[in-house]
Amino acid sequence: MTILKSQISPSSSQFKTNREANLEAMRVVEGAVNITMAGGGEKSRERHLSRGKMLPRERVSNLIDPGSPFVEVGQTAAHGMYDGAAPGASLIAGIGRVEGREVMVVCNDATVKGGTYYPMTVKKHLRAQEIAAQNQLPCIYLVDSGGANLPNQAEGFADREHFGRIFFNQANLSAANIPQIAVVMGSCTAGGAYVPAMADVAIIVNEQGTIFLAGPPLLKAATGEVVTAEELGGGDLHTRLSGVADYLADDDAHALALARQAVRNLNRIKPSPLDLQPVEEPAYDPEEILGIVPADLKTPYDVREVIARVVDGSRFDEFKARYGPTLVCGFAHVMGMPVGIIANNGILYSESSLKGAHFVELCSKRKIPLVFLQNITGFMVGQKYEAGGIAKDGAKLVTAVATTSVPKITMIIGGSFGAGNYGMCGRAYSPRFLWTWPNSRICVMGGEQAAGVLASVKRDAIERAGDKWSAKQETAFKQPTLDLFEEQSHPLFASARLWDDGIIDPRKTRQTLALSLSATLNAPIEDTNFGVFRM
Amino acid sequence: MFSKILIANRGEIACRVIRTARQMGVKTVAVYSDADAGALHVELADEAVHIGPSSAAESYLCGDKIIEAAKATGAEAIHPGYGFLSENPDFVEQIEKTGLVFIGPSADAIRAMGLKDAAKKLMEKSGVPVVPGYHGSKQDVKFLATEADKIGYPVLIKARAGGGGKGMRRVDNPKDFGAALEGATREGKASFGDGRVLIEKYITAPRHIEIQVFGDNHGNVVHLFERDCSLQRRHQKVIEEAPAPGMTTEMREAMTDAAVKAAKAINYSGAGTIEFIVDGSDGLKPDGFWFMEMNTRLQVEHPVTEAITGVDLVEWQLRVASGEQLPCKQDGLTIDGHAIEARLYAEDVRKRFLPATGRLDHLVFSDNARNDTGIRSGDTITPFYDPMISKVIVHGKDRKAALKKIRSALSETRIAGTVTNLAFLIALLRHKGFARGELNTGLIERDLDALLDAGEIPFQMIALAGLIASGSLEETKTPDPFDLLKNHVHWQRTPFTVSLQQDGIDHSVKCQADDQAGWIIADGDQKIQLANVSINEPDIRYCYDDAHSTLGYYRGKSSIVLFTDDGPLEFVLPDPLSRDKADEAGGDTVIAPMSGLVKQVSVKSGSKVCEGDPLIVLEAMKMEHTLTAPRDGVVAELTTTAGSQVDEGTLLLALEVEDEVDG
Repeated sequence: MTILKSQISPSSSQFKTNREANLEAMRVVEGAVNITMAGGGEKSRERHLSRGKMLPRERVSNLIDPGSPFVEVGQTAAHGMYDGAAPGASLIAGIGRVEGREVMVVCNDATVKGGTYYPMTVKKHLRAQEIAAQNQLPCIYLVDSGGANLPNQAEGFADREHFGRIFFNQANLSAANIPQIAVVMGSCTAGGAYVPAMADVAIIVNEQGTIFLAGPPLLKAATGEVVTAEELGGGDLHTRLSGVADYLADDDAHALALARQAVRNLNRIKPSPLDLQPVEEPAYDPEEILGIVPADLKTPYDVREVIARVVDGSRFDEFKARYGPTLVCGFAHVMGMPVGIIANNGILYSESSLKGAHFVELCSKRKIPLVFLQNITGFMVGQKYEAGGIAKDGAKLVTAVATTSVPKITMIIGGSFGAGNYGMCGRAYSPRFLWTWPNSRICVMGGEQAAGVLASVKRDAIERAGDKWSAKQETAFKQPTLDLFEEQSHPLFASARLWDDGIIDPRKTRQTLALSLSATLNAPIEDTNFGVFRM
Repeated sequence: MFSKILIANRGEIACRVIRTARQMGVKTVAVYSDADAGALHVELADEAVHIGPSSAAESYLCGDKIIEAAKATGAEAIHPGYGFLSENPDFVEQIEKTGLVFIGPSADAIRAMGLKDAAKKLMEKSGVPVVPGYHGSKQDVKFLATEADKIGYPVLIKARAGGGGKGMRRVDNPKDFGAALEGATREGKASFGDGRVLIEKYITAPRHIEIQVFGDNHGNVVHLFERDCSLQRRHQKVIEEAPAPGMTTEMREAMTDAAVKAAKAINYSGAGTIEFIVDGSDGLKPDGFWFMEMNTRLQVEHPVTEAITGVDLVEWQLRVASGEQLPCKQDGLTIDGHAIEARLYAEDVRKRFLPATGRLDHLVFSDNARNDTGIRSGDTITPFYDPMISKVIVHGKDRKAALKKIRSALSETRIAGTVTNLAFLIALLRHKGFARGELNTGLIERDLDALLDAGEIPFQMIALAGLIASGSLEETKTPDPFDLLKNHVHWQRTPFTVSLQQDGIDHSVKCQADDQAGWIIADGDQKIQLANVSINEPDIRYCYDDAHSTLGYYRGKSSIVLFTDDGPLEFVLPDPLSRDKADEAGGDTVIAPMSGLVKQVSVKSGSKVCEGDPLIVLEAMKMEHTLTAPRDGVVAELTTTAGSQVDEGTLLLALEVEDEVDG
């Protein structure tokens, strides 16, 4: 296979400027990550520890195999939302190895508002279950939650994708033989009681975990019955009398060991339906990505420079290189696994769309997973292109991407604007995983375009009325839109709302793709049945 | 020279004899018991004959079976090794009657030295100094007490047929004499079937120095200088060296003269050792040594003599036994440098050197020492025989060099699977007094606490053990990214916790990786940062404080052993699943698990019971269920009787609730 040849010069001033800008963008993200990692803050953590509990993140790290990667999902969820009250949306979710098997871990962070469910918590929990469902990953729920966050209940209880969906999913995941294991390490109140109750296997920590539909305060109010939490729904009661839980653990460490034992007895194998090759490091240092990716999204660069720092041996079999060159398609391997890469190298034209659709067809037939490196401002516009059928050619790409059965992984490495987001497998196209870079921006269109459109409408109206609108006035009018779009297109804004699965360090793109791909291999790759391609 | 010999022994000495025989072109026959069927000496010998069950009395001590094996295999001579039948004159006679050759002295010579008091008398007659004492046959308590008074306290009471410290008592005060005598008599009877004792002067700063002698059947006797075996525990040798520290020409001359005299007195042929007790209280003095006993065989510690003289003593034994003259005259023998031997045992030093058994899961000797061993990695130390693992022998240009060499050879020795005295040996060889040559048979006893005090274990070791135990450093099993991308996270890691136990103390270390094979490991306030950590089995490499280190380790089923310079350090990995379940442990009551008829009640109110004792038999659904005591305790209340019908959940019996102990 052809080895990509890099053209960049790490000693150039451009490289250094880019690197500085990207490092700065990363620092912003790291700041948000730090907030998540701290959970509910020092006092809350100390109170948690004083009860003999492990901190939520330590529960996760002690559940997974020592040294296992942890592919965290929605790490900065709810960042900046609810007045900053719910770092990480009071939930930790991600894929790790337990007893050599990839599993989805969902862990309440009881240090954040008692682990209660904010609307974003529900969304994150459901996203974790969706990943588990698509990739057939057993689920382990480390439960320590007071249930729904009451002040925010209206946004999280009643609708289809709200709280109740968690249990709907548990039932249906279990039905699909995707094991559901619950470890009750704290409260499990009201609706939350159904997490262990709906699980295939439930473990409860003695004199720590509680499961009940109504806690002592509610019970006292409702029926006057006075009873302690332990008597009402403690581990002893549930493992001896009610059978709501199956294993009684002495403490967190014991409970995690029991959960590991439960995974050991799942009798699952990973189908891994790919023709694997020996792993080879890229010929170019991934560190250089930071100097390659321009500080300004508007500056064009050759996306092959990124591919060369992601794929095995920097080897890339580029498909149809001479046709529709604004979309780079080709075969490569990521840590031994074959992938079809689709990467933007400019605006999408009819030719590039057709080439993309063709390439998706190829990969679908061969059952090769697809990787989208998204940096797109949109499809080409203009009378000439509309007449050329850009809409139907774009639709072919969108149809192919939407209906293929091969695993898709999307990495937003730059802009993600307009319909380009659709053709390049945005969130709505159900990629198995969608990761973003700190420098990326996502929006229906660029802020300047949006402000321009609004200003042009406004100017028309003003001028129709016979008034004048100065350039200064126009600039002042545009500014709020520009600010709003800048804020709302920032990856932290997107990630907070779970429009993606997380923001990553661009230097870890290869690892993140490899782990994502590997996770998808837990599910067999089905035959593809495409929709109608408009010809 | 013989063409084939049989070795009537096992373990390291059998292997040792086979090695020389092979060099000399002599074929070897091993004998073995059930327990030794897969032993190294069986593997090394040209032939091997099974001689009986594991117990030595039914195998290695059965002269008949051994001679039978020799005849059956066509062996011409029998090498007895040491121990077992090596000093049994009847065995020698039996061999000779069969027309075979015993590789050792004559039965008469053995007999002459066999009974200690007779031997002493003989020596005294031959002009060899003996310790003042009573070696007579009168065993009356009063008489012996008078003799003890004559000798002067402190005195030593010894079983006449004794050895190896058995049946031996030191008495400092006349009032304790009776009890000590009783003890020695009892042990003598139990161990040797002979309750008779002798009494000797007890030397307060004694050293044990022995002379290796060698005689042939042509009247030649030479000595091969001395060995110092003063480092002993419970009267058994631990460290031996040659030459003796502080030895002077006059002293050596006096001692070797006496030894040669002794050997000549009994027309000695073959390898023998004259053991002397030496007063080391004020330097070595030519008039300060006394004959103790003669060992009419090859000694365990013979390799130190071989190391300083260049003589292969087993080769000499074979030559002499086959009728040859000693290969060398006295003036042909010289001392070259210094040699030290340490005896590596499976034993629990802290439990008063209690012999240990078990499988040596991992055993690697240093390449920088001679290791005389009969044990391989994976072999088991059985309770049937001596728990020796190896003799570690080094030779240096002087004592200082030899000491340095043996310390590092022991530090390089890797053993896991059973408790050993390795760390103790290392501590002993670092003992400052010993290094200065201040030897004394009481040294170990006196300084035992200090020798056993390992001090606080460096946190670095606990951290490394935790890291190894976690398994996170191990080579990946598959090319799966989840195997290859160790500790990958998007941004920040959370440490994982590893639980370990060392010497009964629980440790719980938190390990956090960085991106460059570095780790931060913490336990409470203790914290350590390691860089470049990698595993290259059986070693772990790491960089701490800018210093690169390599440490050997062994991973057992539920333990990690680190091979430190101070000896092996074992960490037990508790099984996180083996907990005392809340509802299994303790409990104060016995409750009917189902409705049924009480058939039998085997205790009364006030009965003492132990956990698991059957208390009540309940018949239900045509099955008899025995209800047992949930813990040790006293029955406080019995609320049922035989013949009663009880419902499920009925309290049948309650144990007294123990008062909680404060503190």
